Amino acid sequence: MYDITIIGGGVTGCFIARQLCRYDLEVVLIEKNYDVANETTKANSGIIHSGYDARPGTLKAKLNTLGNPMFDEICSELGVPLKRIGSLTIAKTNKEMGTLKKLYERGCTNGIPQLSLIDADVVRRIEPNIHHQVKGALLAETAGIVDPFCLTIALAENASDNGTEVKLETRIVGIDREKDGYLLTTDGGSIRSRYVISCAGVYAEEINDLLTPSHFKIAPRKGDYVVFDKKTGGLVNHVIFQCPSEKGKGVLVTPTVHGNLLVGPDSEVVKCKDDVSTTRSGLDEILATSAKSVEGIPVGMAITNFSGLRATPDTGDFIIEELKGHKGFINVAGIESPGLTASPAIADYVIEILKSSGLDLKTKADFNPIREPIAEFIELSDEEKSTLIKANPLYGRVICRCENITEGEIVDSIRRNVGARSVDGVKRRVRAGMGRCQGGFCAPRIIEILARELQKNACQILKDEKDSYILSGGI
Amino acid sequence: MTTYKKACYDLVVIGGGPAGLAAAIEAKKNGIHHILLLERDRELGGILQQCIHNGFGIHVFKKELTGPEYAENFIDELRDLGIEYKLDTMVLGVHENKTVEAVNPQEGLLSIQAKAVVLAMGCRERTRGALNIPGSRPAGIFTAGTAQRLVNIEGYMVGKKAVILGSGDIGLIMARRMTLEGAKVEAVVEMMPYPGGLNRNIVQCLDDFDIPLLLSHTVVNVYGRNRLEGVDIMKVDKDRQVIPGTQRRIECDTMLLSVGLIPENELSVDCGIKLDAVTQGPIVDNSMETSAEGVFACGNVVHVHDLVDFVTEESRRAGRSAVDYIQRKTTATGVKIKVVPGETVRYVVPQLVNLDGPDMDFEFFLRSRDVHDRASLVISLDGQKIKTIRKRYLVPGEMQHIKLKRKALPVCSGGSTLSISIV
Ligand SMILES: Cc1cc2nc3c(=O)[nH]c(=O)nc-3n(C[C@H](O)[C@H](O)[C@H](O)COP(=O)(O)OP(=O)(O)OC[C@H]3O[C@@H](n4cnc5c(N)ncnc54)[C@H](O)[C@@H]3O)c2cc1C
Repeated sequence: MYDITIIGGGVTGCFIARQLCRYDLEVVLIEKNYDVANETTKANSGIIHSGYDARPGTLKAKLNTLGNPMFDEICSELGVPLKRIGSLTIAKTNKEMGTLKKLYERGCTNGIPQLSLIDADVVRRIEPNIHHQVKGALLAETAGIVDPFCLTIALAENASDNGTEVKLETRIVGIDREKDGYLLTTDGGSIRSRYVISCAGVYAEEINDLLTPSHFKIAPRKGDYVVFDKKTGGLVNHVIFQCPSEKGKGVLVTPTVHGNLLVGPDSEVVKCKDDVSTTRSGLDEILATSAKSVEGIPVGMAITNFSGLRATPDTGDFIIEELKGHKGFINVAGIESPGLTASPAIADYVIEILKSSGLDLKTKADFNPIREPIAEFIELSDEEKSTLIKANPLYGRVICRCENITEGEIVDSIRRNVGARSVDGVKRRVRAGMGRCQGGFCAPRIIEILARELQKNACQILKDEKDSYILSGGI
Repeated sequence: MTTYKKACYDLVVIGGGPAGLAAAIEAKKNGIHHILLLERDRELGGILQQCIHNGFGIHVFKKELTGPEYAENFIDELRDLGIEYKLDTMVLGVHENKTVEAVNPQEGLLSIQAKAVVLAMGCRERTRGALNIPGSRPAGIFTAGTAQRLVNIEGYMVGKKAVILGSGDIGLIMARRMTLEGAKVEAVVEMMPYPGGLNRNIVQCLDDFDIPLLLSHTVVNVYGRNRLEGVDIMKVDKDRQVIPGTQRRIECDTMLLSVGLIPENELSVDCGIKLDAVTQGPIVDNSMETSAEGVFACGNVVHVHDLVDFVTEESRRAGRSAVDYIQRKTTATGVKIKVVPGETVRYVVPQLVNLDGPDMDFEFFLRSRDVHDRASLVISLDGQKIKTIRKRYLVPGEMQHIKLKRKALPVCSGGSTLSISIV
């Protein structure tokens, strides 16, 4: 019997797991995929929003405002890079200037610090490549960028280091009420748990349905992105948003925490909850739309494209509550943007719900909040590099030539708790294969290292999810 | 300070493929003895080691060798000459003062001071992302070179039913290789109205195996959640725009990309070396010297060659020039004139001729922009024709190699321009 079962290893579920692992509880996190962070959490803008945008009075607004300032501490504890580069929402017409003023006021209502309206000259000084028609902008200095899967993997790892059980490749297929909790049926056996927290992203409705018909609907809404070579990350210095209008929010242009340039997303309501294909029209649209905010988008230097699904609820707000009539079953649903930003505050909010539902929380004496980051060899000083290689010669072997990732880093990413098991798992943890050659040179070496470390045959090594085999057999 | 292991050499060669090997050997034969060659892979020979088909060495050895055989000749010679090399060693930086920083597992960080440097890092393959092809992102999509490595070196098959996008040489060779290993190659799909690779490869790798070559076609979508399940292809018009109504699905579990090679010049750029926007390689003069004094470049890092024989020739020139530089036979202050691509020529290498440079005849490599039937290559100096070479057939996929005797170049000064055009 577990005290708590968390369904879903996205940023929401992993954050809750990480915040709960400081207490003396038996917690299990259940994830259907081959790795954590492999759905919406891996495919979004990675923006820590300042919070001026959410409608005042909503849970979204409240948790965004609370979540944003929590990132500094958590990122430093977990060794995850965070850059507070600030955001600029630009206006090109008088009408849009009017909208910015309203957004500014809304931000003040939401309690957002360091917001200001700046004129065209200032915008151009801090963003030389901004579109020539820009008349002014709303500067939000507290906005930042993180790598959402790095963050989520670190959360899961730290939770696991502190005793949380993480069960991957386990799908919840049934939920039944029992006398003192719930019986969860999975595709690999069943689990008993006093509390259940459903953080199942686009599938939150289906999870709720397993117990009782949901009172909300979650519609997947797709967004496409294009990522550009690291040489281009310097095109902009801030997150550049377009002015929202009746037509939508436009697309953003931002550097990523690793120095690439990211452009997207569009917005398309789709039927299928597990189809994250990009489309020609989507990619063309975001490239064309982004050219309206920034000059010189380097279309020829794209290195990859991807898309993610927003879990859009029909209620218009995050749904975070104990389900009525089902004590101990908590929905964390409809976590669309700014869900990443809100995630630390969502975790705290859920803990409050658990407390008021009667859960007793005793702090563990040996809780360790620190997760040592995987050494980033190329970023170290010469002295550090040399010490590292002396201790472990694998740090002297560069495997990924584009990002200069060493075998030492790759092996570390595999041997950790909730470690890498697939080529994409390695890529998400240490960026090997994420550079301009997209794994052309290093994929064969990474397959070899994974096979050696996991004691598997190379043909068993997957690209990402189940059935994504890379090699079809020996010769 | 024990951080770096320090060393000094006359010449440091970066890259142990055919270019680096030839440059190092030539330097040694011309009287420089303190040479170090650095290679990041586990063996010498570069990309040749995975090219187990034959067709290498027709010009240099006057016979057809396989890639590894061709490489072996040079590796043996390098060893016989006692040239020092380090494997498993990644160069992290080259500085303008010609220190080379590198790392390997055995020695850690290395800082090597050289009198001259030869850059021979080769090239990498263009990827799907660079083409921005939409669709899903399943396993089963490889660049042709990666697949070639997996099949020929690691000994694994990459799939059973393949489509090859792009008709570059590695793609054509892999179409045959996959077929020989029992896979079905459904088609080679090429956006241009003519193939990208050598004609002999079209005949020997596609025609002989009845593999269809679909010219003026492209892949517009990729399907499959986990492993590739199929691609959609469409016809394109002469402006390379897709023609509505021509879309059709080809089921396959593998797609190989052979859509171009890009010289690997991250190190050159960090060192401040100027690149040619078309070749994406360093701008070099006829001694293969880059814009950084004493730093030479050769092989695919300069421009993508289609025959290794030409790489070898060019690299020997780089090796000899590095010796001249080290022995101070040439001066960096020589008067250089520009060499530019004229009418329908895509690029010319070298981009500069050093009038005071080594006493060698001039050699130029160039590619045409289009297909020409019976045309002439015309070399002019400041608009004045100085040489005409007739060609029966010119295609972008086949690099042209032309020579100009030093004494055929009229007296000229620094402001002059040589141009080569196709008429
Ligand atoms: C295009 C786009 C851009 C965005 N940009 C931003 C942004 O810039 N800033 C920001 O703050 N937010 C942004 N968001 C929102 C943010 O990405 C999400 O709020 C956040 O990732 C949601 O995380 P999650 O854990 O709730 O969901 P998910 O990441 O989807 O995780 C849910 C997990 O539950 C698992 N699961 C589902 N069903 C089962 C089952 N039956 N059994 C076991 N496991 C199951 C899934 O496999 C999955 O791993 C963006 C979203 C999108 C789509």
